[in-house]
Amino acid sequence: MQLTLWTYEGPPHVGAMRIATAMEGVHYVLHAPQGDTYADLLFTMIERRNKRTPVTYTTFQARDLGSDTAELFKNACQQAYDRFQPEAMLVGASCTAELIQDNPGGLAAALKLPLPVIALELPAYQKKENWGAAETFYRLVRQLTGSRAEGFQRKTPAEENRPARCNILGPTALGFRHRDDIVEVTKLLAAIGVDINVIAPQGARPADIARLPDADFNISLYPEISDITVRWLERTFRQPSTRIVPIGIGATRDFIREVAALAGMDAEATVTRVESQMAPRMPWYSRSVDSTYLTGKRVFIFGDATHAIAAARVAAKELGFEVVGLGTYAREFARDVRAAAALYGVEPLITDDYLEVEEAIAAVQPELVLGTQMERNIAKRLGIACAVISAPVHVQDFPARYSPQMGFEGGNVLFDAWVHPLMMGLEEHLLCMFRGDFEFRDDVAASHLGHGHGAAKAAVKAEPVLAAEAESEPVAIQLPVPAGAETDKAKPAAAQSLIWTSEAERELKKIPFFVRGKARRNTERFASERGLGPITVDTLYDAKSHFGR
Amino acid sequence: MNDMTPIPVATARPAAGIGCLDAPVRKERGQHAVFCGLTGIIWMHRKIQDAFFLVVGSRTCAHLIQSAAGVMIFAEPRFATAIIDERDLAGLADVHDELDSVVAKLLARRPDIKLLFLVGSCPSEVIKLDLGKAASRLDKRFFPRVRVLNYSGSGIETTFTQGEDAALAALVPVLPAAPADAVASLLIVGALADVVEDQFLRLLNEMGIANVKALPPRRSTELPDVGPNTRYLLAQPFLTETARALDERGAERIAAPFPLGEQGTTEWLRAAAEAFGVAPAVFEAVTAAPAARASRAVARHLPVLSGKRVMFFPDSQLEIPLARFLANELGMGLAEVATPYLHRAHLAGDLALLPAGTPLSEGPDVDLQLDRCRAARPDLVVCGLGLANPLEAENITTKWSIELVFTPIQGYEQAGDLAELFARPFGRQSRLEV
Repeated sequence: MQLTLWTYEGPPHVGAMRIATAMEGVHYVLHAPQGDTYADLLFTMIERRNKRTPVTYTTFQARDLGSDTAELFKNACQQAYDRFQPEAMLVGASCTAELIQDNPGGLAAALKLPLPVIALELPAYQKKENWGAAETFYRLVRQLTGSRAEGFQRKTPAEENRPARCNILGPTALGFRHRDDIVEVTKLLAAIGVDINVIAPQGARPADIARLPDADFNISLYPEISDITVRWLERTFRQPSTRIVPIGIGATRDFIREVAALAGMDAEATVTRVESQMAPRMPWYSRSVDSTYLTGKRVFIFGDATHAIAAARVAAKELGFEVVGLGTYAREFARDVRAAAALYGVEPLITDDYLEVEEAIAAVQPELVLGTQMERNIAKRLGIACAVISAPVHVQDFPARYSPQMGFEGGNVLFDAWVHPLMMGLEEHLLCMFRGDFEFRDDVAASHLGHGHGAAKAAVKAEPVLAAEAESEPVAIQLPVPAGAETDKAKPAAAQSLIWTSEAERELKKIPFFVRGKARRNTERFASERGLGPITVDTLYDAKSHFGR
Repeated sequence: MNDMTPIPVATARPAAGIGCLDAPVRKERGQHAVFCGLTGIIWMHRKIQDAFFLVVGSRTCAHLIQSAAGVMIFAEPRFATAIIDERDLAGLADVHDELDSVVAKLLARRPDIKLLFLVGSCPSEVIKLDLGKAASRLDKRFFPRVRVLNYSGSGIETTFTQGEDAALAALVPVLPAAPADAVASLLIVGALADVVEDQFLRLLNEMGIANVKALPPRRSTELPDVGPNTRYLLAQPFLTETARALDERGAERIAAPFPLGEQGTTEWLRAAAEAFGVAPAVFEAVTAAPAARASRAVARHLPVLSGKRVMFFPDSQLEIPLARFLANELGMGLAEVATPYLHRAHLAGDLALLPAGTPLSEGPDVDLQLDRCRAARPDLVVCGLGLANPLEAENITTKWSIELVFTPIQGYEQAGDLAELFARPFGRQSRLEV
């Protein structure tokens, strides 16, 4: 039993809904009580879909449990078939129906409906949303292509004198920027000179799934969703798959090389040609002198594995940030995240406990958080700049404008999205030089945050962005804690007894609020490690030169 | 009434005692597209400021509350989910021991909590986890620092607002007993926005009804006492179990229509006034001015709403009183009024005021009601979030029903706001040129 305040992923049947809703001609009959119908609003409200989700819920009640819930399920299947006339049907159970063990797959098969029925077993008490989406897509692909496996032959592009063609696998409903990534990757493939056979599940019909084996290779766009499917297709239809996800300029170049190799083209020539054609602005923006101030900005990254790993590379190699934290809630991909964390010399944070993430962020006091909507809330409370890089999604993650994360345009988007929340270089200098200016009070937000910006206000209420003090302020954190409990973790134990001279306190106040927490923490660590008495102005500057960057 | 207070569509007001009191109700068995009772936690955890709601359920439960609450939660939540996992189900862990340690951890983190609700869910009901036993065990351990109660918000037993009913019903047995010779007191039952509650208390006090308390109270340490001299007035139409529990404590229900719109508010207050022997002249003196203000505020929306036809999909059990308000005070036609559950006794006052012949349905099949909706083409559909955008895409104007639960709509001063909620979709359409 796990105490959970907020959850990064829904249950696995929500993952199945993301597949069904992404596709055309698929209907999902879900054995579930009435409350589970809440999931419809994820699609109609967060993603603003203009159609009902293609899901029929049996909505059994307590009084049905004594009688025949199985009959209820069969009726729901038959009625859904009659009403919606789908081309394929998914059947399964939500967490509650899993407990009553009605066997939806067997019941649906007994109806002998004239269409493919895919029975889903999604263990709700072990697995979560992304796993459910991946498993559903895999079952669907297996069932709809399986009959072609025996004796399967595919002619090569050379034999047929045609361009190589690929499938794009992974984009779903309710995915973080999937809608725009598909467009950008499609453009990228066109520029490379590779044809697209099928994009799935987003926009595909069951008949399109049956055509998947006709492609020469697969693009695994979102490994959380597509990995098990592309591995099966590789084994069954000898379709190799890409492993690089094109998020960031460097990864996009590597992706082009990988695709070119799979398509039998010259990798380096293709990269040069495609990049000059698509002409991303990001590399020059990052090299231009105004970006100097980005150097070494301390960034904390958390999200699904694909986006978190990609963000770390962009942050470190393409913006010159310092990665001070890297983690994921996707335990299935923990190994990949651990490997990436090792590259940047940080401890990987593998957890789906929101409070643990909050604690980790408070402890490292980054200047920028790249996370999910939940980290956005944490960052807001702590007064730290933040950009969202990953699901779980929020209505704001479906912007009206074109805003992909992938490909060269995605690189441009990342530059804007991550740099804009940060303080601009000269403004930062002025704040440092003239702390006494009456308009530079801590409650005056930096210009880029706008007046009355929530982040700035939160920071002010917490006074210095200092974990110990912020945590006694109820607005600043998720949970007020008993005195000392979390404070102890955020500060070295000995620091509790450290005293600041009033002169040193005044000097500390002259440091801009967004780095003051770090300055205080470093000074106290410096003092406690050396057993120094009250902290003076000299201690403050000794610590600065010790840790100085 | 004077000429400052037009009765908007007086002719539409049916004589009391006729209306839909005995009207037939369509009942269907099929897919119910409604929330479960856990959703009530979203407002209940704000209403009782020292209470915490711990759902004992699955990841779905946690995801539901989080998704339904969405952007509405801006401060720290006073709810959480103890997620049952396969170890609990396989018997590898003792579920009660696990729950005890989760509760201990939670209460250590939140020393401000004085009342903890263990909230049952579909999975906890199906595995027959006895939360009553767990609550009394934990109550023994933590009382008096924390009182521990339990109720079920499961979707196999409760629909949306029934969660509040179950929570309040769980509170009733622990309300202090009023002595047999206590002065008569009035209890207003059902969570209201604080501002609305204060308005009602003011009006009742002005009439001379002094001993008025509310259930739920804003703090669990201010539980109202209850006994044979307690009269109670339901402020919400979904409190079946709470009313039953109060009856068991000897309290007596004052029958009234629900306080939505000028008419509902006046009749609701009048029922209290009559029960407490307030002189009619005093009642008039206290209510005349705010009732006139309410009528004027509502009348402003007549040009937009009068004559339009509205259809309700089932959501909160507020549908019947809302339909009565729209028909009688705004002259709207009622294409169909669907409610998840119809309590005829509690809604008798509103049913009697509903235009005769109004099509009523209880727990309809969402697909069949959508068929009726597309055939009837009402001007406005009041429905849940799963249906609103799809219907808008079919050029059917909608009003999200959930907003009616999250907005102060009861009482005189909110009557105009309530009308405005229904007028807004039309106002928006007339502005847009995209």
